[in-house]
Amino acid sequence: MNAVEIEGVSQRYGSMTVLHDLTLSLGEGEVLGLFGHNGAGKTTVMKLILGLLKVSAGQVHVLGCRPAQADVRRQLGYLPENVTFYPQLSGRETLRYFARLKGAALTQVDDLLEQVGLTSAADRRVKTYSKGMRQRLGLAQAVLGEPRLLLLDEPTVGLDPIATRDLYLLIDRLRQQGASIILCSHVLAGVEAHINRAAILANGCLQAIGSLSRLREDADLPARIRASGLCRREQWLQRWNAAGHTATAVGGNGIEVMAVNGHKVDLLRQLFHEDQPQDIEILQPSLEDLYGYYMSRATTDTEGTQP
Amino acid sequence: MMQIWSIAGKEFSDGLRNRWLLAISLLFAILAVGIAWLGAAASGQVGFTSIPATIASLASLATFLMPLIALLLAYDAIVGEDEGGTLMLLLTYPLGRGQILLGKFVGHGLILALATLIGFGCAAVAIALLVDDVDLGMLLWAFGRFMVSSTLLGWVFLALAYVLSSKASEKSSAAGMALGVWFLFVLVFDLALLALLVLSKGTFNPDLLPWLLLLNPTDVYRLINLSGFEGSGNAVGLMALSRDLPVPASLLWLCLLLWVGVSLLLAYWMFRRRLT
Repeated sequence: MNAVEIEGVSQRYGSMTVLHDLTLSLGEGEVLGLFGHNGAGKTTVMKLILGLLKVSAGQVHVLGCRPAQADVRRQLGYLPENVTFYPQLSGRETLRYFARLKGAALTQVDDLLEQVGLTSAADRRVKTYSKGMRQRLGLAQAVLGEPRLLLLDEPTVGLDPIATRDLYLLIDRLRQQGASIILCSHVLAGVEAHINRAAILANGCLQAIGSLSRLREDADLPARIRASGLCRREQWLQRWNAAGHTATAVGGNGIEVMAVNGHKVDLLRQLFHEDQPQDIEILQPSLEDLYGYYMSRATTDTEGTQP
Repeated sequence: MMQIWSIAGKEFSDGLRNRWLLAISLLFAILAVGIAWLGAAASGQVGFTSIPATIASLASLATFLMPLIALLLAYDAIVGEDEGGTLMLLLTYPLGRGQILLGKFVGHGLILALATLIGFGCAAVAIALLVDDVDLGMLLWAFGRFMVSSTLLGWVFLALAYVLSSKASEKSSAAGMALGVWFLFVLVFDLALLALLVLSKGTFNPDLLPWLLLLNPTDVYRLINLSGFEGSGNAVGLMALSRDLPVPASLLWLCLLLWVGVSLLLAYWMFRRRLT
């Protein structure tokens, strides 16, 4: 059984369509990264899974049931974007309140506060918390009651690098325990290692979905080879540009060349045979490159369809 | 059920924390004691006069105050949480909207009930202790009835506040509407009835008019508290109409309870229609 099954869903607000015929599934124990520009429909997808919105067309199944059932919600954790709490309650009171509402054991509360590093601030009012602390409290709230499905909307916003690393460690741990996770973000750096699959949304349409290697293959983006300390840089530049590769000079004696799939090994062999590079870096297309590629394709598509 | 109590508990402790309970109790106690001893000052007397006169003065004061306090306490119950961002989080929890509403009602309702009990109870105790030849049975009965009906009146306006709060998209507009509701039921309604009576010049069936009073919870409340004292000449204005009202007291109580129930149902309906 899939944790989330979205089939042919369209969502309209009045005359505005925010999701077009979306089909998406999330397996048990899988982490799906959901990426897209502001207003692409990420939060709408979350709300559909949470049962806060009724679909205009299509079907949504969560943990094998319809969303919004109490049984489903008990097994579900959600961290909203820009999470806020009752300012007059302390961190510990807040977590205890939400634990009672969820029917989770109150003994978890202190453990969770420790896990997100809020033990020392637990008895201060939430009013005095910084944005990052609120975000961490929100995360602790989402993990209450060991959810089987976790929805995180922009979880890293406002977190410092250490807290971000801790967040990803927590995600990895939850995944090992068998939780399914949807991670919604437009901060792409650092996410790659922690997701199984990525889905890219633009203007309410799913542009691409699959593992990162799958997406790389489909996008067919060039890897960049960067070599430094070359003796004959100018000759390389001329030769490669003439051969149709895009090569540019970098640094003192360096060169960067775009290696379209299939040419990478060739180019490297040439470099090693005919020169003595001091250092070589191979940069695979990153998630950011993929994202940029699918985004620009989405804009050209919509421009193409509109006369 | 457990969740309803959790929400109620939070609302109640909020009421303790921000001193609402304390403030309302104090206000009620001071006003009640003041009215009991100084209420007859206009007629040249200082000191406690009689239980019916005290209750009548207290009831007309509570008619103004109780709705105002209840509306102030609850007007931001839903829209405030929405603006604060916590409503969406609550709605993703395994709770129905009815449970959220009921939890808030129980919490706020307890605050009002307790404040009424403490505030007016203090005045009753003071009268019992300080006035010599007071009929204790009568005092207990009259004050008990007054406190229970005041609490019910407060609950009606709590429920009406939830209706507004579920409807409003901003806190400020909920506050404005709350003021409007207070104005309508406490002032405008009676004036409109009187105007109807005067302008119709007798063509309006006068037997119908007392029944119209049941459409206003504050009038029902006043009818409850002014009845039962023999020979009291306290019924003034519209209340004089009620002499012809052939309804037993139990019906008045039922009517007040009905107001609570119907307003809560309306609030639930509005809350369910609210988008997140």
